[in-house]
Amino acid sequence: MESLIDIRDLSTQDIEKLLATALDIIAHPEAYAQKCCGKKLATLFFEPSTRTRLSFEAAMYELGGHVIGFSEAQSSSASKGESVADTVKVVGCYADIIAMRHPKEGAPLVAAMNSAVPVINAGDGGHNHPTQTLADLLTIWREKGRLDNLVIGLCGDLKFGRTVHSLIAAMSRYAGVKFVLISPEELRLPGYIRKDVMEKNGIAYEETTDLVAAMPHLDVLYMTRVQKERFFNEADYVRLKDSYVLTPEKLKDAREDMCILHPLPRVNEISVAVDKDPRAAYFRQVLNGKYMRMALIMKLLGVN
Amino acid sequence: MVIDAISNGIVLDHIRAGRSMELYHILNLDKLQCSVAVLKNVTSRKMGRKDIIKIDEIIDLNFDVLGYVDPGITVSIVRNGKLDRKFNVELPERVTNVIRCKNPRCITSTEQELPQIFKLTDREKRVYRCIYCESRAKGGD
Repeated sequence: MESLIDIRDLSTQDIEKLLATALDIIAHPEAYAQKCCGKKLATLFFEPSTRTRLSFEAAMYELGGHVIGFSEAQSSSASKGESVADTVKVVGCYADIIAMRHPKEGAPLVAAMNSAVPVINAGDGGHNHPTQTLADLLTIWREKGRLDNLVIGLCGDLKFGRTVHSLIAAMSRYAGVKFVLISPEELRLPGYIRKDVMEKNGIAYEETTDLVAAMPHLDVLYMTRVQKERFFNEADYVRLKDSYVLTPEKLKDAREDMCILHPLPRVNEISVAVDKDPRAAYFRQVLNGKYMRMALIMKLLGVN
Repeated sequence: MVIDAISNGIVLDHIRAGRSMELYHILNLDKLQCSVAVLKNVTSRKMGRKDIIKIDEIIDLNFDVLGYVDPGITVSIVRNGKLDRKFNVELPERVTNVIRCKNPRCITSTEQELPQIFKLTDREKRVYRCIYCESRAKGGD
């Protein structure tokens, strides 16, 4: 049974087909309104994530399907001690496809190994969130018209940010992609990603702590939040936090056709004043997430 | 020191000195009814010092476990007093229920009946990662 647990499960051709389907959905939404008629999506959210859940639900409704599920572990059998394997075996009797968010890393893989229906990982702790990466890819494609030959700035918490790690894994397959890693020393990209993913595959990158200096070179700026709890002491946090807050002033030397992405939710790492800038693509990115989830649900259900 | 030759059994040779007891326990050799000899710190021209385990019966051994713990081990299978087969173990592609994942955020930390599966992700550096959370465990070291 085909599932999506990790963005690396998808070949480059798979991603291209998903992008093509999503673009066709955008162009002809009416042609897709009945594609999943009679099909049910189960959203099994063992931890709350309103926006991801709503995106999946909206995606299924727009395909003409139905949605069942729960939005927190307390309202599921997990609170009675049921295993993930048993939960999906039961849910597979009711639904045609499952989207699962779980606080424990690897839970969706356990689900996929035991499920009779396709499982989509809707986020497992700090580990993987492949449909966010699909949203990122469609956004870059729509904003830039290509996925190759791009300079991508990744800014903020590169150490713990799962969206950043997945985006690197996905974009590393395209020619001419260069990454500029912009973070405080404490939140640098982990060594194993730099060495095992980037250096091993000959991916060009540079590291800097200076967002403003990097700005003129970027085609894409991917912002993430620098969280206070990631620092050992408050003094370091206070010293660094404003360096990674995007403001209109910091965008002064940015290219006119650069695009700004953020996986959201935003707290204060992008000033609200930036929202009016046409380069701010993060709310369009949310919409793109829904289209890619529609394309993915169709692919996994075998609907053409 | 003299240990009798075996006529039907298995010899695990070239075990890195000091690792034989770990293997003894991982392979559950303490549960066997037959004779098992564990030789520690045997002089070796190739290795300086090595350990050897002799099992006086031909049993089903998990060679993946051997390969994970010490890929330098040589296995000799003796039948009717003659060497039937001799081979080196290899670093296995995956090992099941040999290493435990130590990541408290891994699903295996709460669902403890799940098989603990690690896969080899870097042969050169002998890196194994949990298939569920991708946390790293280092092969044998």
